[in-house]
Amino acid sequence: MIKDEELDLLINELSDKYGYDFTNYARASLKRRVNRLLIMDRFPSFAELLYKVRFEPDYLNHVVQELTVNVTEMFRDPALFKAIREEVLPVMATHPFIRIWHAGCSTGEEVYSMAILLEEANLLHRSLLYATDLNPKVIENLKKGIFPLSQMKTYSENYILSGGKKDFSSYYTAKYDWAIFDEKLKSKMIVATHNLVSDRSFNEFQIIFCRNVLIYFDKTLQDKVLNLFNDSLEKLGYLVLGSKENLRFSSLAKKYVALNTKEKIWRKMH
Amino acid sequence: MAENALKNFKVVVIGGSAGSLEVILAMLPQLPPRPGAVFIIVLHRKNDKDSILENLLSQYARLPVKEVEDKDPLQLNHIYIAPPDYHLLIETEDSFSLDSSEKIHFSRPSIDVTFESVAETFRHRAIGVLLSGANADGSQGLLKIKRAGGTTIVQHPDTADMAFMPQQAIKLGAADQVVAAKALTTVVMTAIGERNLFRSE
Repeated sequence: MIKDEELDLLINELSDKYGYDFTNYARASLKRRVNRLLIMDRFPSFAELLYKVRFEPDYLNHVVQELTVNVTEMFRDPALFKAIREEVLPVMATHPFIRIWHAGCSTGEEVYSMAILLEEANLLHRSLLYATDLNPKVIENLKKGIFPLSQMKTYSENYILSGGKKDFSSYYTAKYDWAIFDEKLKSKMIVATHNLVSDRSFNEFQIIFCRNVLIYFDKTLQDKVLNLFNDSLEKLGYLVLGSKENLRFSSLAKKYVALNTKEKIWRKMH
Repeated sequence: MAENALKNFKVVVIGGSAGSLEVILAMLPQLPPRPGAVFIIVLHRKNDKDSILENLLSQYARLPVKEVEDKDPLQLNHIYIAPPDYHLLIETEDSFSLDSSEKIHFSRPSIDVTFESVAETFRHRAIGVLLSGANADGSQGLLKIKRAGGTTIVQHPDTADMAFMPQQAIKLGAADQVVAAKALTTVVMTAIGERNLFRSE
C-alpha cells in the first residue's frame, strides 16, 4: 500500500496542476484506488506514476477515471426504485415540469433507469434529467446509451423487482455484445461534466440523486456537498442517497424528513 | 480519536464464506458482554437489503451488533458487520468507510479488503480469523495482518464445512494458529488478553 505522504504528493499534483481536488476524499478508499492504478498500469514504483502525472497531461483523464469508482447498474437496489414509483412519481405527476439531477452519475445506468420509470408513469415528455459526473470519459458512454448485453439479465431482474411490468428488452436493441437503448429515453437527458468538490449549483430540481458518491468523501466534504444539494433542491423536493449513506449526521437533517425508513429518500420540508 | 487511542484496544476481524455462518453463530454466545475489543465480521453473502444478518447475529451475541453505515464510529465491545454489496474499510482508528468498487475474488464485501485495511490501521493490535469457505478470498489479507505484527487464526480445515479457504491461508503461511472450530472463541479471547509485545508507535 502506498504511504500517506505519497498520497499527499499525488493529491497536490492533481490539484495544483489540473484543478482536480481529492483532498477531502476518504483516504482508505483513495489509497486503494492509487494502488490499483499502480498495478494496472504496471508502474515499478510510485515515483514513476507521479512523474507521468506531472509530465503527461494526456494521462490525466485516465487517472481521474481510475481514482474514482465507476461501478453502477440499472435499477440498483430495486426496492428504492419501487419506492420512487409508488411514493415519489405520483407527487411528480402534479408538477407541470420535472427536473431531476443525477449527481456523480458515472456511466449513466441510473439515469436510464429513471427515464424508464418516468416513461412508464407517462411523465418523461415533461421531464429533464440532468446527468453529471467529473469524468469526461464516463459521460461519453451515457450519451451513447450503449451498455454491455451481458448485464441485461441482471438489469431485467432488477427492473421486475422494481415493479416493472413490461418486457425489459423492449427498451433496447441487441447488437453483437451490446444493448442499444431507445433514443426516446436519451432525448430528455442533459449530460455535462460537473465536479461536486469545486462546481456550484446550476439549477433547481425536484429530485436529486446522489448514490454511493458521498461514501468516498470525508465528513467535511460530505457536508459541503449536501449543502450544495440543499441549495439546488426545491422545497418539498426529494434527495436520494445510497443505501448505506445517511443525512442523519448532517446539520441539514432537521430540514428533511425520511420518506421511508428502509430506502434512503429524504424530503426537504423547509 | 484520542480516547480510543489511549485505550489501545484490539480489533478482531473475522472472515468467512460458505459454511462459516454456523461457526460464527456458535462463537457469539461464548463471547463475554465486554470482551475488550472491537469485532468486525465480513461474510460473503447474498445481496439482501433487509438486515437479516444483523438481526440474526443480534440474537446470538451479548454485545451490540450493527451493520456498518458510511463513516460509522468503531466502538469497543461492539460487533460490526460488512454490509452487502460494499467493501468495508477502516478510515481512521475510530471510523469505518465503505467502498462499492470492483469485486475482489468475485466478492463484495471482500475479506481481503477489510483484512488489509485493518492490518494497515491497527498493525500488531489486529487479530485476523479466517473461517470455512470455498473461495481464495481472505488469505492474502490474513498474511498482511501477520506481516503487520498482528495475530492470525485459521479454522482447522478438518473442522470446516468448506476446507478450501482455510487451506489457502495455511498454504500461504498466513496462519499463526490453526484451531478447531470449537476452540476458536477461547483462542480469540486469549489473543485479546495478551499484552502487547510491541510498544505502539
